[in-house]
Amino acid sequence: MSVDDTSNARRDFLRKSLTLIPVVTLATTGGASLALAETKERQRDEDKPGQSARADAYQPTFFTPEEWAFIHAAVARLIPADDRGPGAVEAGVPEYIDRQMNTPYAQGANWYMQGPFQPDAPSEMGYQLKLNPQQVFRLGIKAADDWSRQQHGKPFAELDTATQDAALRQFEAGKAEFDPLPAKTFFAALLQSTKEGFFCDPIHGGNKDMVGWKLVGFPGARADFMDWVERDVAYPFPPVSIRGERA
Amino acid sequence: MAKVMQKADVVIVGFGWTGAIMAKELTEAGLSVVALERGPMRDTYPDGSYPQVIDELTYSIRRKLFADTSKETVTIRHNVSQTALPYRQLGAFLPGDGVGGAGLHWSGVHLRVDPVELRLRSHYEERYGKNFIPDGMTIQDFGVTYEELEPYFDFAEKVFGTSGQAWTVKGELVGKGKGGNPFAPDRSDHFPLTPQKNTVSAQLFQKAAWDVGYHPYDLPSANTSGPYTNPYGCQMGPCNFCGYCSGYVCYMYSKSSPNLNILPALRQEPKFELRADAHVLKVNLTDDKKLATGVTYVDAQGNEIEQPADIVILGAFQFNNVRLMLLSGIGKPYDPKTGEGVVGKNFAYQNMATIKAYFDKDQHFTNPFIGAGGNGVAVDDFNADNFDHGPHGFVGGSPFWVNQAGTRPIAGVSNPPGTPNWGSQWKAAAADYYNHQLSMDAHGAHQSYRDNYLDLDPTYKDAYGMPLLRMTFDWKENDIKMTHFMVDKMKRIAEAMNPKAINVQVKAPGTHFNTVSYQTTHLNGGAIMGTDPKTSALNRYLQSWDVHNVFVPGASAFPQGLGYNPTGLVAALTYWSARAIREQYLKNPGPLVQA
Ligand SMILES: Cc1cc2nc3c(=O)[nH]c(=O)nc-3n(C[C@H](O)[C@H](O)[C@H](O)COP(=O)(O)OP(=O)(O)OC[C@H]3O[C@@H](n4cnc5c(N)ncnc54)[C@H](O)[C@@H]3O)c2cc1C
Ligand code: SF4
Repeated sequence: MSVDDTSNARRDFLRKSLTLIPVVTLATTGGASLALAETKERQRDEDKPGQSARADAYQPTFFTPEEWAFIHAAVARLIPADDRGPGAVEAGVPEYIDRQMNTPYAQGANWYMQGPFQPDAPSEMGYQLKLNPQQVFRLGIKAADDWSRQQHGKPFAELDTATQDAALRQFEAGKAEFDPLPAKTFFAALLQSTKEGFFCDPIHGGNKDMVGWKLVGFPGARADFMDWVERDVAYPFPPVSIRGERA
Repeated sequence: MAKVMQKADVVIVGFGWTGAIMAKELTEAGLSVVALERGPMRDTYPDGSYPQVIDELTYSIRRKLFADTSKETVTIRHNVSQTALPYRQLGAFLPGDGVGGAGLHWSGVHLRVDPVELRLRSHYEERYGKNFIPDGMTIQDFGVTYEELEPYFDFAEKVFGTSGQAWTVKGELVGKGKGGNPFAPDRSDHFPLTPQKNTVSAQLFQKAAWDVGYHPYDLPSANTSGPYTNPYGCQMGPCNFCGYCSGYVCYMYSKSSPNLNILPALRQEPKFELRADAHVLKVNLTDDKKLATGVTYVDAQGNEIEQPADIVILGAFQFNNVRLMLLSGIGKPYDPKTGEGVVGKNFAYQNMATIKAYFDKDQHFTNPFIGAGGNGVAVDDFNADNFDHGPHGFVGGSPFWVNQAGTRPIAGVSNPPGTPNWGSQWKAAAADYYNHQLSMDAHGAHQSYRDNYLDLDPTYKDAYGMPLLRMTFDWKENDIKMTHFMVDKMKRIAEAMNPKAINVQVKAPGTHFNTVSYQTTHLNGGAIMGTDPKTSALNRYLQSWDVHNVFVPGASAFPQGLGYNPTGLVAALTYWSARAIREQYLKNPGPLVQA
């Protein structure tokens, strides 16, 4: 199976191009709208100034200014901008999280939320709190800022980066005591959301300019690798997004 | 008062793999069939249209296509002394929902069964003696043999359009040096399609497995290696390894599903009707509980509706089948204290271990975003009873494989052990390793035990006010012993690849079942088939011993878990059961096996 001689590759190519025809016909709706989206996106890009301006211009609709400052500061430490490239803030992770907070998911709409609740159950029993993601973020950010004020006399966002990192490590390990929910639970939600916002399709507001995908070498929505399956080489094409943006 | 619909010959609960197969077989027999599916209508268009389906956040992370736990879930506890807690968010397993069931968004590893596993207890007793099977392990024979099922395995592969390489066909060796599995039982025919290409990860596994003396083979996949038309006239195009496979609807018409491989043919049948958004509450029985009269369901508007029928098929997936039997009073509930009763008995899972190998960035490009759900290379040297268990003191076997189904970065970024979970070091490792790693599984069989079982929860209810199903389940000593043995054998393959780092994920002794991290959706038992109504809920034709017009296809019928994935056997047993209904039951409705 690993032998890749030219005649095989050619047969594969012929076989694939022949049979692709009916599939493409069946899927016209998707294909056509993709092409349209692409043109629109290009025009929009041309009208806009620098990319980072786009990430900054977003106005949160869920988070308060204090919460927004926390989110910015925290995600900037979780995935920092550094010599390997842009970080969570440049990727638009705060925007992503704010937008997620306005989805049914953030209200716990597809979780089983009937009581009785046993919040102290061992971790292998899964999530057992009564709180939905909106509450986890709202209560968690307040608890983190309260903790920071108590320990260091100022909110998290105003700490220097080394102190912020140390604080995040305390939250992660559950060493910081939060009243409304375990610090660990809040930290896990924050980190998971940060990674989601860094690597999701840009359609969700994060991963701007596909910086997350470019960092790791993920081709995004290309989703057609027939000719690359067997090759032990770097995949050469840059990522594309659902809207048809090209990196 | 519930509205009463016109009577049908057959009502089917659930429209996943088993429901679709039964619907096709029974309409072919001239019967009128109504299928009731609790979830929404789903199909390749619009649910699998490109590019909207190429969205990791929506499908893998927010789990768009899976069961909605806000409506219905299960509760879980580790032993009888604990209070079970609800499975509030999906984690360890991902039940399906909507037309196609889990069959619409499964992966497509399409294996048969090792014949030994169908008569597991008899085989172990014959080869190792009765005392070899530990106390409290309740493994049983299925009551049907591989030879009896072979024609149905063959037909199911033709319906699914499975890609693979036979080892022998009618006794003739055909698969040596071509990707066949020397441990595979004989077949009546070839796979309908040749094996798919192998990813770089699978090639590395194949070579390393040869190097350490194992016998690698191409994993049969229900992802197409070429264009295909199945016996029902349904068409498939070739899989392009898009990498958005498990958890997604295939936009290429390449992954076998009830929606793609059966529904188009059923749509031509005037005697078939599919009702989506129809949540079945229970099977209705006559006063003496000997016969089913139909089912009651709730439609999208919340109306309660009665669907009368002469035959009731439960195709609602393993644990939903068991729950419906318990809610309806079909068969005697199992009691772990006395060991009596049958419904809920022998609940078993899959005993997985995983090894990840990380390569230097100049060593290999495994490109894990390339993949297909059923694709890979496997070895069966330690599956079933392909090696002498005598000196090792545990029951069960495990295939090993690289099954690169496609990973995407939100869930798929995995760094070598010791890397922090965030910050610049995490970021650098993600950049350095994402495209230079592979993952292999020991996909172990899991046995059944007296105190791993299913019943109704006393506290928690679903959105319709009905008790949730309760799982009482934990890992046992045999399971831990087996998985450690397997991971040691598999580690030799990983080491032979000469990676920079490896990460072995195996259950430590004393580990409890973790409901959070995904393992598999291969849940078994609870309504098991067998030869004796005292120890099984169903006879060998998947017919309820107690209510003869109720048939219950699905992995709920397995008396214990397999080394392989279940759907190959689930599909073959469903065809086998349908054939018995067509050829025996319709002529003479009554028990097909005398108790
Ligand atoms: C992510 C994933 C990957 C998988 N990969 C593989 C694989 O590679 N190989 C393999 O062999 N197996 C695999 N499986 C397992 C495979 O999907 C199942 O074995 C198979 O779908 C079982 O068929 P079924 O008909 O029993 O259940 P399903 O296909 O799940 O269908 C059951 C249907 O019943 C419906 N239902 C439930 N309750 C009710 C009710 N009360 N009223 C009405 N309808 C109801 C459900 O909504 C569902 O649609 C995978 C599963 C998952 C989730
Ligand atoms: S990997 Fe292949 S079978 Fe799976 S969804 Fe993509 S094209 Fe379909």
